[in-house]
Amino acid sequence: MSDEKDNLPAVSAGDEPNGQVQLAEPIPDPGIEPHEHRITDIDPLAADRVERQVSTMFTLAGLLALGSCVAYFAIPRDATIEFGPLTGNANNMTLGLTVGLALFLIGAGAIQWAKKLMVDNEISEERHDAGSSPEQRADIIQGFQQGVEESGFTRRKMIRRSLIGAMGLLGLPAIVFLRDLGPLPGRSLYNTIWAKGIRVVNDVTLRPIKPSDLVVGQLVNAAPANLAPIEEESPVEYQNAKAKAAVIVVRIAPDQIRPKAGRENWGVDGILCYSKICTHVGCPISLYEQTTHHVLCPCHQSTFDLADGAKVIFGPAARPLPQLPLAVDAEGYLIAQNGFDEPVGASFWERG
Amino acid sequence: MSEKRLSLSPARFLSARRRHRSAGLVVLLFGLLAVGSAYAAFAPDNAEADNSAQSQQIEEGRKLFAVGCASCHGLNAEGGGNGEGKMAGPSLIGVGAAAVDFQVGTGRMPAMQPNAQIPQKPKAYSQAEIEALAAYVASLAPGPAVPAEESYDISKVTDEQITRGGELFRTNCTACHNFAGKGGALPNGRYAPSLMGVDPKHIYEAMLTGPQQMPVFSDQVLQPEDKRDIIAYVTALQEQKDPGGFGLGRLGPVSEGLWGWLVGIGLLVGVAVWIGAKGVRAKGAKAE
Repeated sequence: MSDEKDNLPAVSAGDEPNGQVQLAEPIPDPGIEPHEHRITDIDPLAADRVERQVSTMFTLAGLLALGSCVAYFAIPRDATIEFGPLTGNANNMTLGLTVGLALFLIGAGAIQWAKKLMVDNEISEERHDAGSSPEQRADIIQGFQQGVEESGFTRRKMIRRSLIGAMGLLGLPAIVFLRDLGPLPGRSLYNTIWAKGIRVVNDVTLRPIKPSDLVVGQLVNAAPANLAPIEEESPVEYQNAKAKAAVIVVRIAPDQIRPKAGRENWGVDGILCYSKICTHVGCPISLYEQTTHHVLCPCHQSTFDLADGAKVIFGPAARPLPQLPLAVDAEGYLIAQNGFDEPVGASFWERG
Repeated sequence: MSEKRLSLSPARFLSARRRHRSAGLVVLLFGLLAVGSAYAAFAPDNAEADNSAQSQQIEEGRKLFAVGCASCHGLNAEGGGNGEGKMAGPSLIGVGAAAVDFQVGTGRMPAMQPNAQIPQKPKAYSQAEIEALAAYVASLAPGPAVPAEESYDISKVTDEQITRGGELFRTNCTACHNFAGKGGALPNGRYAPSLMGVDPKHIYEAMLTGPQQMPVFSDQVLQPEDKRDIIAYVTALQEQKDPGGFGLGRLGPVSEGLWGWLVGIGLLVGVAVWIGAKGVRAKGAKAE
């Protein structure tokens, strides 16, 4: 009975007999099962066979290691292996195979050795208590109190107070340094560099666009014309400005467009311009299907219908893509009537 | 000639000899002669035909169209529906020769069945037939022509131009076709196909005409040298070798992670099971 009690969890083995339920062990501890010998324990021939197996693996591993050194020098760096549809660098593949196999054989040999030849008597080790003994605890508390006494921490009040003050003030820099996370964004989240009269140009080639260049079903990944000069001044500002101002221009058959009230003149003969930045978490999107006028965000599958004011028709985005009102300038190139009338990209706290 | 005269003789003359030993042979020769003459008279490549080579090609294309395409696209290519997954195909008025050359040249047309997307397959028409079909469709209304060979000739492009093509590719194409040109999924069972193994001419025509749901990148916006640079970059992607021997679709962390988790960790689990397994025991035996 006392043996069983020792095996119970500490919770139920409380010292106070305050009505705690004494859990009886549901199945008695069967102890360690009787030791059975392996074939290699009773048959010396089998043991010798395993010894040969293990030593063969180790020898092979050594030979493979040597072989990898030979291959390193012998196989030209630009030689390729072709195996069906797979092609690979012959040098790389040989090094990987020889060294990898050598490592595997050392491991496999060690396991075989341990399983078949090393002594395999079962043993059990009792766990010791997690807590320290009462004597140790008393000893440590007494030592700490003696330290407090001898340092004079409680008696010399000036030292104590100045130390506490210094430690407290050290917390201040940690807060003040947070200022470097700023400056605060201010209104920059609300504005892009699009403004009245800015030309719409091709991204990368920076060519301005005429309405006659675009056919129905067209997609243009575009940028504002005033973006390129910023790159000269500050590459960081350039990336920030481009990330916000990227747009897609599409041409849709005019009879398929259902413009929102007040946006009837925002397109030019079915040419519409929308922000390229998804309103969910700001991925750039241009997976445009000309047959359905849908643009799909690859990150979370938000889908917008560009013929219907970029209405969200699927996915987690909460708002339509902001639309850029288009016009044509005196030379016949596409320009913005105005900047965006709402912030582009992901929602943020202040805009609600 | 004697057979011909025979055949022109009165019925009585023929009737009297209809059981002649060589009557069957005579009839056969006559039949062959008649078919041969008719073929010579009506064959499209007859030198006496008064049509010019071009209108003849259009006529040939019209015939091929009536047989292979009209059931969906209408007898006059006016379209049998709106083309959005319906049984019938869209109007081909004004799609131009480039669209025909792409759709038929990549085997997408004639379509097997109206699925979410018409897949690429071995082409069903010879190059001459494709040219005839393209000439017929181009004759209906003006549209983009098949690009000239020098516009997608990438034998002289420089490394700088390939790099520029890469920049254009990443801006305009990667959203759907993946950064390595391996293609990707689109809504409702549609997909952007892989660009591996696609002919430079067909890449050019796809950008020019916007097949299926792909948007158009017209020659005024992505100008011919832009398209050539993009094609050079895609070709460089196609020719790129996988140093490790196995690109795993070049999809990056997704396929590599799947491989690592399933195969790599699977092997480790297998070894762990081997280490922990209790080997064969000689029950009741005593060690020597």
